[in-house]
Amino acid sequence: MPVLHSAPRYTSNDSVLDTLVAALGSKVVASKEEHGEIVLTIARGEIENALRALRDDHGYQQLMEIAGVDYPSRAERFEVVYMLLSVTKNHRVIAKVTAAENTAVPTVTTLWPNAGWLEREVFDMYGVVFAGNPDLRRILTDYGFEGHPFRKDFPLTGYVELRYSEEDKRVVYEPVKLAQDLRSFDFMSPWEGADYVLPGDEKAAQAAGTPPVAEPKVTEKSGDTGAGEKANAKVADTIAPAPADTGKQDAGAPDPTGTRPDRGPAGGARANEGTGSAPEGS
Amino acid sequence: MSMQLESSPTTGDEVISNYTINFGPQHPAAHGVLRMVMELDGEIIERIDPHVGLLHRGTEKLIEHKTYLQALPYFDRLDYCSPLAMEHSYVLAVEKLLNIEVPLRAQYLRVLFAELTRICNHMLNIGSHVMDVGAMTPNLWLFEIREDCLNFFERASGARMHSAWFRPGGVHQDVPLKLLTDIADWLDTRMPRLFEDAMSLVVDNRIFKQRNVDIAVTSKADSLAWGFSGPMIRAAGVAWDLRKAQPYDVYDRMDFEIPVGTNSDCYDRFMVRVEEVRQSAKIMKQCLRDMPEGPIASDDRKVVPPKRAEMKSSMESLIHHFKLYTEGFHVPAGEVYVATESPKGEFGVYLVSDGSNKPYRCKIRPTAFSHLQAMDFMSKGHMLPDATAILGAIDVVFGECDR
Repeated sequence: MPVLHSAPRYTSNDSVLDTLVAALGSKVVASKEEHGEIVLTIARGEIENALRALRDDHGYQQLMEIAGVDYPSRAERFEVVYMLLSVTKNHRVIAKVTAAENTAVPTVTTLWPNAGWLEREVFDMYGVVFAGNPDLRRILTDYGFEGHPFRKDFPLTGYVELRYSEEDKRVVYEPVKLAQDLRSFDFMSPWEGADYVLPGDEKAAQAAGTPPVAEPKVTEKSGDTGAGEKANAKVADTIAPAPADTGKQDAGAPDPTGTRPDRGPAGGARANEGTGSAPEGS
Repeated sequence: MSMQLESSPTTGDEVISNYTINFGPQHPAAHGVLRMVMELDGEIIERIDPHVGLLHRGTEKLIEHKTYLQALPYFDRLDYCSPLAMEHSYVLAVEKLLNIEVPLRAQYLRVLFAELTRICNHMLNIGSHVMDVGAMTPNLWLFEIREDCLNFFERASGARMHSAWFRPGGVHQDVPLKLLTDIADWLDTRMPRLFEDAMSLVVDNRIFKQRNVDIAVTSKADSLAWGFSGPMIRAAGVAWDLRKAQPYDVYDRMDFEIPVGTNSDCYDRFMVRVEEVRQSAKIMKQCLRDMPEGPIASDDRKVVPPKRAEMKSSMESLIHHFKLYTEGFHVPAGEVYVATESPKGEFGVYLVSDGSNKPYRCKIRPTAFSHLQAMDFMSKGHMLPDATAILGAIDVVFGECDR
């Protein structure tokens, strides 16, 4: 496929993948080249050795980034992705390992000092443990935070919210209360992608066994009752024609109750008391 | 702060033990919300433990719940001093997954405004760095230039800071000719006058040099190992600029120089930025000279929405418009890491798509993370007031660092 986009263009990937796979040997579990990116999946225990080989023998001097990704459906749900850059060969390569919640990934702080914070971030956000990292504290979340927020099963709203309490004169944590439900719009077309029951269409699935109708009933005009020809003819008789203009005024709406002469003055019991007591006092 | 007087067990003299102070999180020289726990021996820094994350907003998680187009404005809010540079990495990452061609005029417009963003960012950083070490006037003059930049952004996109103007497939709307001529006039007259005036006060200033020369010297090897990028690594003498090495958009057509430092101290980092401003102006002039006429966004109607006028007469356009602004476009499954030269260094986006209309994962590589991490290593043995100079020369913005 020809390259049409104008994203950064670095040295050609030609034969780089083969060279690296051959050099790393059994450390590489899988490898691919897609969208112009070389991705090497490394055996978890060998990641430090593999990255050391890439750094020392293949000139990838810089570790630019470590990213975590969560795929909950997989047996080892996390991926830890290392972005390497070679400033001498002007080339990038992506290396990754998979990990579960209880499997530790060997640290690469022994190779690059800046891996410390990057690993801390993956630990903070996903709970992946890095064996050998000397300072594996949380980094981005709040002091005393619980859970790993970037996991796919962690809700977008989180579990606690905080506010300043005027009574306690400090910041207090409370369970999240949403004044309005979190709206998650799904714009996927029901004809193309949606595999769920549309709102208001719940009976469609249950009614799947009913036989097809030869002649569907339509009720488009006022004469169509949907109950057959007989009923339609009967209804046609009873539908009154538009009334002729007799010249006489129809009875209008009644006047407001307050001015009705046959009722007492408006205002209820208290008003009556007031008027009743006045003659006695005078 | 705590200070204890103890008596030495051997001599009986009173000795002062190290004490620990909190620098920030509400400190004007911390450039935002940075808390640094500093262990001091007198006024000498023994150890620094930066605590970041006070501005963490979970941008990456929010992006997973938005369509590709809705996720774009989050990038303006990362590094709010150079918003268009943040968008640049993201739109290029999306375009790389889509493999979509961007018209030449859109590429020129992007480069033009990316460089204007660089000038805008460096005005803030140079100014605040100078102010952190004690000078007041240059900052005020440089903010004049920054104000001009923000006015240009407003005239192009309608927003002064959060433009959301770069879009997958091009830019959102074309710019009026008068804006381009005004930028050209500004580059010829007002910008150099204000900038060179302000710099004449600083670059050879004795006090400024005393505060910056030989502060936080890092070797070439250390700079590479700590993952430095941008002006930080160029100051160490490594002529590494992604615009030159890995050109994107029309940077390969531009003629510009990469300034490098010789001493790798705070003064070199500052001077690299000063020279970058001049080079950016040079790139902008070339953009204005060479920019062709033509469309400003791809004509792929499955990615880029049609023009408003088209919608009035074409049913097909109306449908495309509706679909693109509700469901959004679908991006082929795959993963890419795209990094561009933001004013602060390498700003990368690792984008994982599962083929739907929302990103499966969008990891943002902030420039400040690696630089700030080296704060401990760079400040060790320096004096307490040097910490502000080092921090100013890193050019850290917490919207981006904490995401």
